[in-house]
Amino acid sequence: MIFGVDVASMILGGVAAGMVLFIVSVGLSVTMGLMGFVNLAHGAFAMLGGYVIVLSMNYWGVPFLPALAFGFVVTAAVSVVFERTLYARLYRAAELEQVLFTIGLVFMTIASVTLLIGPENQQLRLPAMLQGQVNLGFTQYRTYSVFLIATGIIIVLGLWLGFERTRIGAQIRATVDNRRMAESLGINVNRLFTLTFAFGSGMAALGGGLGAEFLGLDPQYALKYLVYFLIVVAVGGLGRVTGVFYAALLIGVLDFVLKKYIPKGGTLFIYGLTILLLLWRPQGLFAGKST
Amino acid sequence: MKRIIGATASFLLAIGWAQAQEVKVGVVLPYTGVGAELAQQQDRGMELYLKMHADMIKPYKITLIKRDYKNPGGADAKIAVQELLTQDKVDILAGWNYSPNAIATAPLVTAGKKLAVISNAGTAHITNLSPYYVRVSFSMWHAGYALGDAAVKQLKAKTAVVGYTDFPPGKDMLASFKRAFEAAGGIVIDEIPMGSAGAVPDFTPFFQRVKDKKPDVFFVFVPGGDHTTAVIKTYNALSMREAGIKLIGPGDITQDNKLQAMGPGAIGLITMHHYNADLDNPENKRFVAAWKKEYGPDSTPDFMAVGGYDAMAAIVHVVKALNGKIDVDKALEVLKGWKYDSPRGPIMIDPQTRDIVMNEYLSEVVMKDGKLAQKPLGRIEAVKDPCKSLKIGPCAN
Amino acid sequence: MIAPALNPALHPAALAFAGRHQPRVWEPIVWILALVFYFAFPNHLGFGTELLITILFALSLDLVLGYAGIVTLGHAAFFGVGAYTVGMLAYHGFWNEPISSLMLAAIVAALVGLGSGLVLLRTQGLTLLMLSLCTMALLEEAANLGHEYTGGFDGLASLPIPKLLGLFEFNPLYPRTQYVYVLTVLFISFLFIRTVVYSPFGQSLTGIRENTLRMHAVGSPVRARLVTCYTISAAIAGIAGGLWAQANAYVNLTTLGLDRAAMVLIVLILGGCGRMYGAFVGAVAYMVLAHFLAKLYPTAWQLGLGFLLVVIALFARNGILGIGEALLRRFRAKRMPR
Repeated sequence: MIFGVDVASMILGGVAAGMVLFIVSVGLSVTMGLMGFVNLAHGAFAMLGGYVIVLSMNYWGVPFLPALAFGFVVTAAVSVVFERTLYARLYRAAELEQVLFTIGLVFMTIASVTLLIGPENQQLRLPAMLQGQVNLGFTQYRTYSVFLIATGIIIVLGLWLGFERTRIGAQIRATVDNRRMAESLGINVNRLFTLTFAFGSGMAALGGGLGAEFLGLDPQYALKYLVYFLIVVAVGGLGRVTGVFYAALLIGVLDFVLKKYIPKGGTLFIYGLTILLLLWRPQGLFAGKST
Repeated sequence: MKRIIGATASFLLAIGWAQAQEVKVGVVLPYTGVGAELAQQQDRGMELYLKMHADMIKPYKITLIKRDYKNPGGADAKIAVQELLTQDKVDILAGWNYSPNAIATAPLVTAGKKLAVISNAGTAHITNLSPYYVRVSFSMWHAGYALGDAAVKQLKAKTAVVGYTDFPPGKDMLASFKRAFEAAGGIVIDEIPMGSAGAVPDFTPFFQRVKDKKPDVFFVFVPGGDHTTAVIKTYNALSMREAGIKLIGPGDITQDNKLQAMGPGAIGLITMHHYNADLDNPENKRFVAAWKKEYGPDSTPDFMAVGGYDAMAAIVHVVKALNGKIDVDKALEVLKGWKYDSPRGPIMIDPQTRDIVMNEYLSEVVMKDGKLAQKPLGRIEAVKDPCKSLKIGPCAN
Repeated sequence: MIAPALNPALHPAALAFAGRHQPRVWEPIVWILALVFYFAFPNHLGFGTELLITILFALSLDLVLGYAGIVTLGHAAFFGVGAYTVGMLAYHGFWNEPISSLMLAAIVAALVGLGSGLVLLRTQGLTLLMLSLCTMALLEEAANLGHEYTGGFDGLASLPIPKLLGLFEFNPLYPRTQYVYVLTVLFISFLFIRTVVYSPFGQSLTGIRENTLRMHAVGSPVRARLVTCYTISAAIAGIAGGLWAQANAYVNLTTLGLDRAAMVLIVLILGGCGRMYGAFVGAVAYMVLAHFLAKLYPTAWQLGLGFLLVVIALFARNGILGIGEALLRRFRAKRMPR
């Protein structure tokens, strides 16, 4: 019985961490898959959203859930402005110029946030109902982790339905698979780009806010966790919602288990594992299927 | 004619006087990057000392020349120090936040023959690396060793698990705590490296491992910043207190400017450190009040701020004692055995090691007037760096 | 008998192509400037040395990224391997003669490059990017875990580097020897890279970058060429790392870090890749700006730097050199008779 509880708590902890990875990374995967745009500033949008959410809670007393929605909307709106005025100019440019541009954006974001708000870490104050532990019947577990898992499941279901069952989802899938063909069928690719970019950035904002409890929130956020997001996207496959979901869960759980049982190995295993996974399936674990 | 000569002479004298009055201090801190928040505390501590003691410093003028060394990589710090020495021709160096940078720049400081006052970097053996390093901050062994002893004798613990951030200060903490804890009769049953300083501060898996081991005390060291709040949150979320595991650590985990954000979950946390903002002494009252006036009521100075403050105190002492003409050997003579009433209580520079001697305070986090505060449980007076006293590893040289 | 006008070998494009390896008139200027720097800024030689090492490192990246089109984010792995080779040999008292240590650094880095290249270069795009990054992170963590040999996070300090050729001392405060030494190594490496780039081998690399499929079709051993190029580049990055360790008498984990890998990538793209001198221009622009902005505004210099990167990416193709080339073309077009 002890063993069962142990396994359950491990899986819960790992899945909760994986959910945060998923929520932030899914937007990155879709925009990279759809537009072929290497958007290293994705973490900056997650950070922006996180700041909007945490600061609006701390200074204006906005409750948690409305603050999340507010962060989503603000970040999505800001990202549309960026997409239309700046990103759009670089859609046809070489990958490397996109890297240079987005890294420049990241630097500017970090410096601006440091100047305007300060270098310190911002604290997310969870509502009382999400603190402490909850009884799940078979085990006690951290309430917030359970909340994250529930939120993650709702989001992935919503996204899956959106991708599989709506017209716009079908358009996105078509464009990921063959952009030229999609364009010639009359799909307005530019509008699609703007929409998905806004949506992806909004998701990143949600992830920034939801994950602040685990990942913290300071100006370096934009750069610190980028590698993890990129690993999830690479392992999950570009433009694959369910792929990113499974990859995030896999990495979350494995990371948790390795940290708990072999803490002396540091990050050695997680990088080693990523290498093996990518060598085994270079296009991502879940390539070949759409969505 | 005579008058002209007289005027010229006095003019020349005035120039000479003005030059003698200005003392240039090169400050090297990571003003950007992950260390920016820590640099800000030290920078503010330095500036505040100069502001609070402006009258005392006259007629000398202390100019701070600040350089960002950006990262713990060593190369940028070396360039910053080299240019401060050869180009800005500073009289004194101060700062150093990350230990690797202090280690990397040691040969430069030695070659440059200038007094270098360390205001943070805590790896124990740093002061052995250059004869011109003087440390007014702390060694990792100060708090770790004292707490290892107190954990057995005052907290009556028999078993402990140590969780530490996997970089040299963390390893120093582990070594110092373990040595004292086991010397006093306790047993360290598990040692858990909890990722590097830059890793994701999600401690759930590590803490769950600790919960399974059921020690009397769980000693945690993490560097300042977002890691400290994550420690308290995870400790509470896993109900480890209810499981009978006491959370203890050096004062890094109850850093004053993070304390309020930790919430009521931090109550009962026991730490050992050389400073907290609630210390009851007149110097500290004056310091905290001035700080809040200068940087806002929500801002609180922490041990890094005091490091910066005391670094300036040491520098001003040297400047006054040497009448503004800084010679490194004379400066060292002045500082060796220097005693000062710091906000952290009486401090002294050990004449043998050029490292600090100070009190260590055992405190418990309590709720007082609706705010978290640190209640004193005990005090150990005039603690020298145990690493050097016991001649451990590189400290022996 | 072909009329001269129809002889393909005498076509202006062919002539330009055949003669493009010859030194251009302006090329010595770069090196003269480097020497002028030595005399004009004796107090900035520490910065100058770091700059030259960055140029060499960026040049090694240019070979794989600019010429062969291999997009990697893990190039600091080789820099670090070189630095640790020099550092560990010197620290543990095995070998510290500067020039031969550099050779060893190059050999070890080349071996690591060959090994990882054989595995990683099967992939491309994002996968390759992440694989190269993870390999580097793996090495970094290994260096952290093996702290008894590598010094871990604190690094190996005060490396005993003897006098160069038994004559010139490496003074930490006035790094004159370091500067001249690094400049010399940079010059020799540059000549080597220049030769490689203009050789038939270099031509085939450019071909692979432009159209891999066609290179396969003409029977070029694509994989072997890529791995060879990757190995050569790794060796040069290793030399840059070895130089860094010697010039600083220090080596630590950041030689292997993502920050360094990202920085050199930015430097190269900023200057313009696939043109050799892009490494020079980019390193100078990036480092001078970062250095002096950081002096003026220790807390806010990243804002200016980020702005520069954004502007270059938006308004220039192929970095700063790209702007120069576009201006030159416009100027020439105006002068041409209509």
